[in-house]
Amino acid sequence: MSGAQHAVEMTPNAVLVLAIGVLVATGVYLMLERSLTRVLIGFILLGNGVNLLLLVAGGAAGGAPIVGETPVGKMSDPLVQALILTAIVITLGLTAFILAMAYRSWQLHGHDEVQDDVEDRRIARLAARNEPSFEDADAEESGETLDDTAATVRDETDEEAAE
Amino acid sequence: MLELLVAHLAMVLLAPALVSWLGRRAFLVLALAPASAAAYALAWSSRVADGHGPTQHLEWVPGLDLSLTFRLDSLSWLMLLLVGGVGALVLVYCSAYFSASAQGLRRFSATFVGFAGAMVGLVTADDMLLLFVFWELTTVASYVLIGHYAERKASRRAAMQAIVLTTAGGLAMLAGVVVLGTAAGTYRLSEVVAHPPPGTAVTVAIVCILAGAVTKSALVPFHFWLPAAMAAPTPVSAYLHAAAMVKAGVYLVARFAPGYSGLLAWQVVVLVLGCGTLLLGGYRALRQHDLKLVLAFGTVSQLGLIIVLVGLGTRSAALAGLAMVGAHAMFKAALFLVTGVVDAATGTRDLRRLTGVGRRMPLTATAGGLAVASMIGLPPFAGYVAKEAGLESLVHGDGPAWVDAAVLTAVAAGSVLTVAYGLRFFWGAFASKAPRPEATVALESGTAAVEPLIDPSRLHSQSPFLTVPPLVLGVLGLATALVPHLGEHLLQPYAETYPTGEPGHLALWGGFGPVLAITVTVLALGALAWWQRARVEGLQLRWSARWRVPEADAVYRRTMRRLDDSAADVTSVTQRGSLPFYLGVILVVLVALPGMVVILGTSWPVSVRWWNQPVQGLAVLAIVISSILAARARRRLKAVFLAGIAGYGNALLFLLHGAPDLALTQVLVETVTLVVMVLVLRRLPPYFSNRPLARSRWTRLSIGVASGLAVMAFALAAPHARTAAPVSDQFAEGASTYGGGKNVVNVTLVDIRAWDTMGEISVLLVAATGVASLVFIRRRTGKVLRARDAVPAVDGGAPGVWSGGTVDDASAALRRRGTEPGAHDRMRAWLPAGGTLAPQRRSVVFEVVTRLLFHSMVVFALFLLFSGHNGPGGGFAAGLVVGIALTVRYLAGGRYELGEAAPVSPGVLLGSGLFLSVGVGLVALLAGGDALQSVILEWHVPLLGEVHLVTSLFFDVGVFLVVVGLVLDILRSLGAEVDRQIDADARAMLESQGALDDEGRLRERADVPADVRGEGTRRAGT
Repeated sequence: MSGAQHAVEMTPNAVLVLAIGVLVATGVYLMLERSLTRVLIGFILLGNGVNLLLLVAGGAAGGAPIVGETPVGKMSDPLVQALILTAIVITLGLTAFILAMAYRSWQLHGHDEVQDDVEDRRIARLAARNEPSFEDADAEESGETLDDTAATVRDETDEEAAE
Repeated sequence: MLELLVAHLAMVLLAPALVSWLGRRAFLVLALAPASAAAYALAWSSRVADGHGPTQHLEWVPGLDLSLTFRLDSLSWLMLLLVGGVGALVLVYCSAYFSASAQGLRRFSATFVGFAGAMVGLVTADDMLLLFVFWELTTVASYVLIGHYAERKASRRAAMQAIVLTTAGGLAMLAGVVVLGTAAGTYRLSEVVAHPPPGTAVTVAIVCILAGAVTKSALVPFHFWLPAAMAAPTPVSAYLHAAAMVKAGVYLVARFAPGYSGLLAWQVVVLVLGCGTLLLGGYRALRQHDLKLVLAFGTVSQLGLIIVLVGLGTRSAALAGLAMVGAHAMFKAALFLVTGVVDAATGTRDLRRLTGVGRRMPLTATAGGLAVASMIGLPPFAGYVAKEAGLESLVHGDGPAWVDAAVLTAVAAGSVLTVAYGLRFFWGAFASKAPRPEATVALESGTAAVEPLIDPSRLHSQSPFLTVPPLVLGVLGLATALVPHLGEHLLQPYAETYPTGEPGHLALWGGFGPVLAITVTVLALGALAWWQRARVEGLQLRWSARWRVPEADAVYRRTMRRLDDSAADVTSVTQRGSLPFYLGVILVVLVALPGMVVILGTSWPVSVRWWNQPVQGLAVLAIVISSILAARARRRLKAVFLAGIAGYGNALLFLLHGAPDLALTQVLVETVTLVVMVLVLRRLPPYFSNRPLARSRWTRLSIGVASGLAVMAFALAAPHARTAAPVSDQFAEGASTYGGGKNVVNVTLVDIRAWDTMGEISVLLVAATGVASLVFIRRRTGKVLRARDAVPAVDGGAPGVWSGGTVDDASAALRRRGTEPGAHDRMRAWLPAGGTLAPQRRSVVFEVVTRLLFHSMVVFALFLLFSGHNGPGGGFAAGLVVGIALTVRYLAGGRYELGEAAPVSPGVLLGSGLFLSVGVGLVALLAGGDALQSVILEWHVPLLGEVHLVTSLFFDVGVFLVVVGLVLDILRSLGAEVDRQIDADARAMLESQGALDDEGRLRERADVPADVRGEGTRRAGT
């Protein structure tokens, strides 16, 4: 493909760009929800949008990239197609996984909403009060002197010797 | 030296088995490892002294300049001898010290020998990075050994403190090593020291390296971890915290001193911290009551002295310092071992309680006496020779007069303290004391209760394994001092590498002069301080009460507390725990940074066309409408279907763009996704919960629109921004020449970018496993459900799948024909497991269609699989078609039908698929090509004609199997297992409401609410 040909074929296709924008916008809107089902649908829409974006980034439309069917210069870019194909199938795996999570969440809590992380909230609450959020023996001032401690520490030595 | 490391490693691996087999006697075998190191050093002695020590070099990671480089010069020789010799003696001692039933000896022995090995590597490594590796290994081993009694809080705290401090120093040291190595252009230790690079960066690097030495050798202000580390078993204290590990810092200072001791920063750090440590350690040792603590503070003090001597930079001081390193290792290890003997025999280390021990245990007392004599510098012992040489070098120092005077004063004062605490130790451990009234004891000690004196008559002589090692060390302290010229001959070569000063000498008699006067004064003052020990202790107590200087340990604890607090503060700000918040931040950053760059910094295309073909406009219209409606939908199923429409619209766009493979795959995936979604959503509430949070909705909407606009800008700019020809330009040609196929996309997947595909199918395998483990809560057996395994829903024998746990209703009676036991013999079923389905759930039309479709679909899938290399299709599409065929069977015949259709565990499919794909790659590798390279085979077969086979087909078959396995796993989990849980739930609900009679049949009772019964027969939702 010559450079001039590129320039001509690089004229963007407005409807494709529109589809990308709408898919990404609706996808993001849904992903910011708390219901896992909506997050998942949002992810699927976003994924579709990004797949189209890859397709557009790969260049202009052409014939199917099959040798013999389409002359080499007229093919659409096969590399982005391989990337998108991989992405489509991965999305299936992800969909199944998130659905299983939603199902499990429903079993345990009766809904499929993503709650705030309890542990993170607890840490934030304690930090606001300047209280330790976990027991750290290394940061405790025991008040014992080394001599006090030493008196309690003995090795497991030979009993015969101690007799 | 590599051989020594291998020997230690072998012993580490053998140690647990040896201890299991031989018990504590295994320590005698393990002692062979460090003994071999000592023997190695001895064998090379004369050649090392002549400057012909061995070197070894082995490439490790050439790209990182990492190499296994070792060399033995006089300094390394001395350290290796000490590490090996003391290590072997301490291990011999261990064999009698620990009780035969002591816990954790397997771990202890392996760690101990591993530590000795790390120490051997540390002192012989000639590569700074290698040295660092061994340095950290000793830190970790020390952590495990200090925390040996992990159930004791004191041990855990001491171990944690030691590792935090020494690792902090180690990290600073690593930074210094990297800076220094970069500045010098090499990491070879000998070259870096021989040719020090100039510059401020190097000074900073040296200070960082000194930080490592200061923490490791417990210098002020990091000295406090060493006394706390006395929580370790006494042999560990004797070896790590007296003779070996703490000497690593000394070694480092001695190693770098010839090249860098002239730096002002070096002099300040080494002299100030060294002298401070020398005085503080001695001062604190005078008020301890525990023998190990007296020795520990004594060690701190001595380390300060040694660091001053080896770091001062003159040859005579260096020689004295090296002699001191040897002398200290001998007497301090001996003293710890003696303490262990006394502790084991009497049950206490409190010097206020010990009495008459010397009389009852003369051999032990002799060993202790020899060691103390060496420590306090009595002639003719090693400690005396070293200290005389040190004083001599300071008296004739060539630095600024006031510095020399200050250092000399500090060393002399420190020596007075050493004499005092040395005598205090010997008196405390072995002297006979008169019992004193309780009141006096309490007053003197400042603590309330001190237990009474021990009864010496119960003591008896000790095992020779306990008494001989300290005795050997004590006698060596005498023997080496009697041949001072030999020591001078062996150590002088290293001292001569120092840049300044006259060469020093080691001698028993230095003649009359200022040094002799100092020595006599020191001994006299020290004895006086010991004689007046009660006053000295009282003075210390009063001073510490008056000045209220915070203890270093308390400062450390407070610092750690602050660290925890600030970590919690940072966590609470950054980690809000809200998923939408995190996503929102990421997206806002996407819009604000790359989005803005695209919008502001790109040249936009001159012209835009609406579409290539008008059909694109229709597809986009469908996508826009359906996705906006999906975002607004309040009903789950509605949202799912609308998203599906958008997906099919995408497939159409792919086709119009010239991507038939994508269109095919997208349609198939969209179909499977819809089915899977419906399978799960039947369990979830039909509507999304209502969350009327208007403000947050506007926020979400604006983030969504902003992201959409940013990505649109990118989509407009990206094709226009291309500067180079696409890599895929050569794909088409490559596909037919070496890929052996016409479908460029498929060849890309299975050949050109096969590694990516391999990664992808691995992800699919993980996802499938994840789904199964989330749904199969009880356990996941490899068992595949078959029709013959079907469990009737009720005891009456009626089939149960999707029955809701009850018998079928009357209207289904017609369809019951053929479901009775034995019906299979009489009439032909459309589907093998159709009879397991509850009659009210069966559809004959669906069963017939399934029967007709299933095999055609499988054949079609195989066609796609085999033709995929040359036309649209391939492993992914074929796998999805088989998956859909299985889905149809499952929907028509229930969970047992799924087992009949695919009587194989999904795990087997997933595993064999991945195995096949990897195997193809390996075969190519074994055949001499690159991994995953294709081989094209062509031969002529009668009847079939030309057969054209590309090995990447097998890779594609692997992909096919993984995809089938994924879909099957999804159906088994989200389909079959969820069905089973629905049935079980419905049945449990009916039972709890008393709606079932004794035989499990639905009761026709007025008091059972109609909706409960209805619920049971409907698909049980909530």
